Amino acid sequence: MRIGAPHVLLSAYLALAAAQAAADPDAGRGEMLYEQRCGACHGLDANRVGPHHRGIFGRRAGSVEGFDYSAALRNARVVWNSDTLDAWLANPEALIPGQRMGYSVPDAMDRADIIAYLRWVSPKGH
Amino acid sequence: MLIRVNEVQDNSRRNFMGRSSGMLLSGAAIAMLAGNSHLALAAAGDPASDVGILGVALGLEHEAIAAYQLGAESGLLQKPVLDLAVLFQSHHKGHRDALIATIEKMGGKPIAAKSNADYASALGAGSLKNQTDVLTLAARLELGATNAYLGVIPSFGSRELAKVAARLAADETMHWTLLSNALGRPVPAAALSFGA
Repeated sequence: MRIGAPHVLLSAYLALAAAQAAADPDAGRGEMLYEQRCGACHGLDANRVGPHHRGIFGRRAGSVEGFDYSAALRNARVVWNSDTLDAWLANPEALIPGQRMGYSVPDAMDRADIIAYLRWVSPKGH
Repeated sequence: MLIRVNEVQDNSRRNFMGRSSGMLLSGAAIAMLAGNSHLALAAAGDPASDVGILGVALGLEHEAIAAYQLGAESGLLQKPVLDLAVLFQSHHKGHRDALIATIEKMGGKPIAAKSNADYASALGAGSLKNQTDVLTLAARLELGATNAYLGVIPSFGSRELAKVAARLAADETMHWTLLSNALGRPVPAAALSFGA
């Protein structure tokens, strides 16, 4: 059987699509990671040991009502978006010195998936 | 359920206070867990940062104590699960007291616990309908605490405090394991499932 050009093109397309899917942030995996990595201290809707996260996109750091932030967070001039969240999760102390979160997420894909989940659960428009 | 609560209680108390003959702990770690945290301070690396992390840990312990209190008062737990919950709460009270003493010795101000009503609201306690619901919540909190304590270990400036975090994680892992057993859940199939 001869392999025709359409078959080769289809295979190439599927390989490309698979590679793209592997590289794209996965909000579903992010939900699992969020529960695993963040869920000890944070919830989507309730302030616990850490502030709640729903609606974090576009929110200024240290601004959730009713949460007792460190002075470093209260005075920070950071607005949460994909880039600032990525920097925060990679190394909180480097982004906002004097903060209290000793936890980080070293793997870039893990951070991207968690951020995708946080975007997914946030109101549209950010 | 395959748990003999009295045996667990006796052994864990001995081990928590560092009196077990089989454990080899540094003097600083024993000092902190035994309430002599001024001895642990001599080994501290970055006190301000470490105090911040300890403060977050204290918040976790306050929440855990409240969660077990809510469970115990819910009327949903039957013996011997109720006894186990009370025992685990006593462990968290021990963690809390050790953390408060250390934070104060390091010049920090320990955060106070919120009201049980606040914790009940934040944890969705109103949706708990039976013993399985309570155990599921407790297991989720214990697993989260395990991962949190393991996750902050590299952030401590003091290696002794990092070791204390590891010991706290071990307690939480023990709690999670027994709760999972009570829920009839299988043990994790993969290695290195905690702190990933």
